[in-house]
Amino acid sequence: MIEVAIEWLGNALLIVGAASVLIGGIGVIRMPDLYSRMHASSLTDTMATLALFSGLMLHSGFTLATIKLMAIMAFLLLTGPTATYALANAAFRSGIEQPRSLNTDDQEKSAP
Amino acid sequence: MTIVFALFLLTLLVVTALAIVRTKNLFIATMLLSIFSLLMAVNFFILDAADVALTEAAVGAGVTTVIFLSALRLTSQYERGSLASSRWIAVIVVVTTTVLLISGTINTPNLGDPNAPVHQHVAPFYLENTEALMGFPNVVTAVLSSFRGYDTLGEVFVVFIAAVGVMFILDARQGTGPEYELRVEKGLKHHLIPRAVGGLLIPFMLLFGLYVQFHGEYGPGGGFQAGAIVATAFILHAILEGERTALKAFSRNAQMALIIGGSTLYGAVGVVCMLKGGTFLDYSVLMEDPVTARQVGIIIIELGVGMAVCGALLSIFHSFAARKPVAQAK
Repeated sequence: MIEVAIEWLGNALLIVGAASVLIGGIGVIRMPDLYSRMHASSLTDTMATLALFSGLMLHSGFTLATIKLMAIMAFLLLTGPTATYALANAAFRSGIEQPRSLNTDDQEKSAP
Repeated sequence: MTIVFALFLLTLLVVTALAIVRTKNLFIATMLLSIFSLLMAVNFFILDAADVALTEAAVGAGVTTVIFLSALRLTSQYERGSLASSRWIAVIVVVTTTVLLISGTINTPNLGDPNAPVHQHVAPFYLENTEALMGFPNVVTAVLSSFRGYDTLGEVFVVFIAAVGVMFILDARQGTGPEYELRVEKGLKHHLIPRAVGGLLIPFMLLFGLYVQFHGEYGPGGGFQAGAIVATAFILHAILEGERTALKAFSRNAQMALIIGGSTLYGAVGVVCMLKGGTFLDYSVLMEDPVTARQVGIIIIELGVGMAVCGALLSIFHSFAARKPVAQAK
């Protein structure tokens, strides 16, 4: 009984993870500027990683594979947001794209 | 299911390749090349070539991207347009090569066909005798370091020559001046998050490199992969802490010593085999028990390969990173 419940929970988590990847992908295409696109793609970095790997861990039980999955998850959860930070920082510093809010602030200041 | 995934990946490979050709921005091309290598690594993995996949992921997606980026720092961001006349020559060459390649695939056996000539030549001998002759299961390591040890020795010398060549061309003018000093000094020191996370990762990368190096007989990996992974760790350190700190931790002389020492170690094992009465790189004469002797020989030459690859990649990276950009020099 409990095994069936764990398996279904794992399945549900896998579906949630896959859905996050899909939503993130759609967001990257649909969002208007770089920063909101990165916000969408960060969903695949964090939410999808957590859900997919938790689901896989529930499926594999207490084995060596679970330890490996945990290590990979910790690695991805560390590096993903760091890469997102580095990308956002590089975009901001190089001035390729200003965040929307900063643009409107500038306009409000320059308007009067 | 695997075949669907493989087809999907191959389609993505073609799309990425077309995008690389189309883009004029070299930064975008570099990033796409990195993606191309990663897709290629996954493809190799699907084809059960874990050793090659590891190399492609570490060298192709990792080190090469950083080397390309540090090379781009020295040049312009945009591709210069080619002449219309030379474009026609390029088109003719590409079309001819494509036709030749496609015609070459027409009569080849199917993927994974056990009756294919390539699986009937020497491969059965390797598969049957690796366990008995070497005492470990990874056939790739056995082929690479013992059955075809001469080829690998040649590859190590190629790596050595490549590193020496890059140094000859690029080390002629090291950067100087206050602006350069500042950049060299700083690295990414003002970025707290990458520094903290990178510093956390470097020990694990080194540990994984050593694991791949000394576990190559039993799992995927070996000297080439380990050298690339260890080099990646040191390159990350150099990016985070700046050139000066990195060169203080791992000087140019130490890198040269790794390249020369690695190649020499490999060759010396062969010479010792000859002195002991065997043929060049015949490890079985090194000790009483031929199986143990082969294992010892393979561990030593894999160490030589790892040292040479690590030193070569690091010295190529530093040749680019320590050089002054041309625009700045003027």
